[in-house]
Amino acid sequence: MNPQQQNVWGFMYEQSDKLLAQTGQHLGLTFISLLLAIAIGLPLGILIARKAKLAGSVLGIAGVLQTIPSIALLGFMIPLLGIGAKPAIVALLIYALLPIIRNTYTGIQGIDRHVIEAARALGMSKQQILLRIELPLAMPVLLAGIRTATVINVGVATLASYIAAGGLGEFIFGGISLNNTNMILAGAIPAAALAVILDFLLSRLQKLDVKKMLKFLYLFPVAIVAMGVFYLIPQSSGTKLKAGFTPEFMGRQDGDLGLKSIYGLKIHTTVISDAVMYKAAYEGEIDVISGYSTDGRLKAFDLRILDDDKGIFPPYYAAPIVRESSLIKFPGLEDALNLLSGKITDSIMTELNYRTDQLKQSPELVAKEFLKAKGLYKAPRGGNAGSVRIGSKIFGEQYILAEMYRMLIEGNTSYSVATKTGLGGTKICFDALTNDQIDFYPEYTGTGLLVLLQPDPKIVNLITKDKGKTYNYVKTAFHNQFKIKWLKPIGFNNSYALMMRRKQSESLNVTSITKLKNYLDQH
Amino acid sequence: MIAVSGLTKSYSGNKAVDDISFRVSEGENLVLLGTSGCGKTTTLKMINRLISPDAGVVTIDGADVSEGKPEELRRKIGYVMQNIGLFPHFTIAENIAVVPKLLHWDADKTLKRTLELIEKFQLPQSCLKLYPQELSGGQQQRVGLTRALITDPAILLMDEPFGALDNVTRSGIQAEFKALEEFKRKTIVMVTHDVQEAFELADRICLMDRGKIIQIGTPKELLYKPANDFVIKFLDSQRLVLEFKTTTISDLWNLLPDSLSKLNTDKFDSHLSVWEVMELFSSASSSQENVILNHITYEELTVAFHKYQKREKR
Repeated sequence: MNPQQQNVWGFMYEQSDKLLAQTGQHLGLTFISLLLAIAIGLPLGILIARKAKLAGSVLGIAGVLQTIPSIALLGFMIPLLGIGAKPAIVALLIYALLPIIRNTYTGIQGIDRHVIEAARALGMSKQQILLRIELPLAMPVLLAGIRTATVINVGVATLASYIAAGGLGEFIFGGISLNNTNMILAGAIPAAALAVILDFLLSRLQKLDVKKMLKFLYLFPVAIVAMGVFYLIPQSSGTKLKAGFTPEFMGRQDGDLGLKSIYGLKIHTTVISDAVMYKAAYEGEIDVISGYSTDGRLKAFDLRILDDDKGIFPPYYAAPIVRESSLIKFPGLEDALNLLSGKITDSIMTELNYRTDQLKQSPELVAKEFLKAKGLYKAPRGGNAGSVRIGSKIFGEQYILAEMYRMLIEGNTSYSVATKTGLGGTKICFDALTNDQIDFYPEYTGTGLLVLLQPDPKIVNLITKDKGKTYNYVKTAFHNQFKIKWLKPIGFNNSYALMMRRKQSESLNVTSITKLKNYLDQH
Repeated sequence: MIAVSGLTKSYSGNKAVDDISFRVSEGENLVLLGTSGCGKTTTLKMINRLISPDAGVVTIDGADVSEGKPEELRRKIGYVMQNIGLFPHFTIAENIAVVPKLLHWDADKTLKRTLELIEKFQLPQSCLKLYPQELSGGQQQRVGLTRALITDPAILLMDEPFGALDNVTRSGIQAEFKALEEFKRKTIVMVTHDVQEAFELADRICLMDRGKIIQIGTPKELLYKPANDFVIKFLDSQRLVLEFKTTTISDLWNLLPDSLSKLNTDKFDSHLSVWEVMELFSSASSSQENVILNHITYEELTVAFHKYQKREKR
């Protein structure tokens, strides 16, 4: 569909600067956390090998930490350590800890106790026994632990981009949100290669003669520190204000690219997940973020949208997009879905989002109360004339919409509903739709245009100033290309927007993107 | 000289070693004998502080061993253990050089002494570059002995040193070890459960049971002046062999026929045991050259031995 089809190697070549920097960050994250994990895990392993009573509880705690899902762990870190390298390193360290502690412990435990007794009997001090007997003999097992930890860390480090710590995850998650396979692979291939290469190198280290390994023992930390330094190099910051943009925003014409080319905005930027972005802005870790105009956190964190005075953000009117084959299969579905059309304005959507995101009300409750207030709610008929599969992307607004549609279908038709919520991004949602794994999901006109259709920039310029033109364009194009129908818009426009803390915006007198650019140029 | 007094050690309430006292004089070989669990190994390990006693004092040449660092004490005392405990990641040469290294010997001195000792133990020089697992069990134990003797310590502690070896290898190494000039010179405390081995190698035997000393004395005293029924029962199954082995020709001197007593004792080894002479008889025909066999008969020997037995048991 894209005239200038590019293969992944071409992409990697073109983006080699970024790729190199990300690989460096990735290695840096992996090795700094590994070094710290060794610094903590090794003594701890030795300690519990000495004091057997502690072994159970230490290994138990390390084991529990290991089972925390990595995304959740990164989430826990934010209130404690903010965003960026620090929480990412701590999270990685926690994952690396268990294999290192456990293997140090089992390695030392596995040594023939007569050998230790002989060492004592010959007059070696405790330290001499540790350095000359226990550690060398435990080394193969210990290295196996470090090897496991390294591979785990290379994998988990891809998630570090969620909290603005960089790494190859920037490409991977950017690619997923942007429907750019090349970009995904440009992150995934090096990440996999890193894991394989490091695993191989460590396996060689393991097989080396025990004697030679002793020398490596001293080289090892040096090598790890050297790798860790990689990370610190690209950390030098430039301007006074810091921006945190989502991976998706980074790669979009109506995002960072447009900010650069149309506004000429130069700002020190980190990549961050939208899950933590608003809080990070609120706490002053970053100053400018790429939010969504209906996000509930806008209200919660008292952020201000900067005026898009040159109009680079196209309209993002939400509407359900449905497989045309599903509309035939489920007569009456279209009418049920259109019940919501025109009912939700920007401010209502912001309010609803605020209730789920900040007041922690369930999307189901929020959806039900809204429908009741509008007189649209009907008790489920409990029909079984077929099951409609609803998809949603992985943010609050989509969950609420999915719930509303579920209730509308169950109340107004004889169909049952299966929801597949929390699909990772536009690409995943859309692929699910085209592959007939879901029947519909709520999509935004701007995303449909710029991410899924990717028409000629001239066409984009022509139509994005007008919401009606945009809607009509995607509706026609989707019908022609994908046999997918855009139903009537729901009403609100959830477009991209740059945001700042209200206070900062007022004190600096930065109320529009042009003013932001001028401010940055002057400082 | 080693002096042990009032040594006591309990494990979770059970007294493994219960108020034990003994002395080992310079150059003496004391064997701690008993069944497993009698506290003999615990006693041995309290001498070089591998185990710290609950009560009691160990002195070496008058100095309390509990003063000073345990490592420094252990470096001065040779130690041989049943499981040998060679370091699997060290070559044989490095295994032998552990204590010299701890004592900061220079490499030449260590090598010279190593070569001297491995020759005595009939180990080939080529084995120095090998790792322990490449050696046979007997060779490994020889390395263990070499390691313990490398710095020529005045005291040697041995915990079932030959226990892990098969019978043939064991008696070979035992004999070599006994013939060693080092063995004769050193103050040795050895632990064993093997009665034969104890009688073979001991100057005095300390028979232990349930953490207490039952009897301490020379092999003959244990045989002929048993302290109680336990001692008698302990030795009973092997009594005859032990008696043959501990009684020498010189013990029987006055009981033997006059023909022999006229002989000059220089002409034969009067320290031969009755056992050894009987072995000579059994391999008879070829041993005409042995002076003893020309002067007494097998019957005369046994008669003399029976008389001796009766006299000693009184």
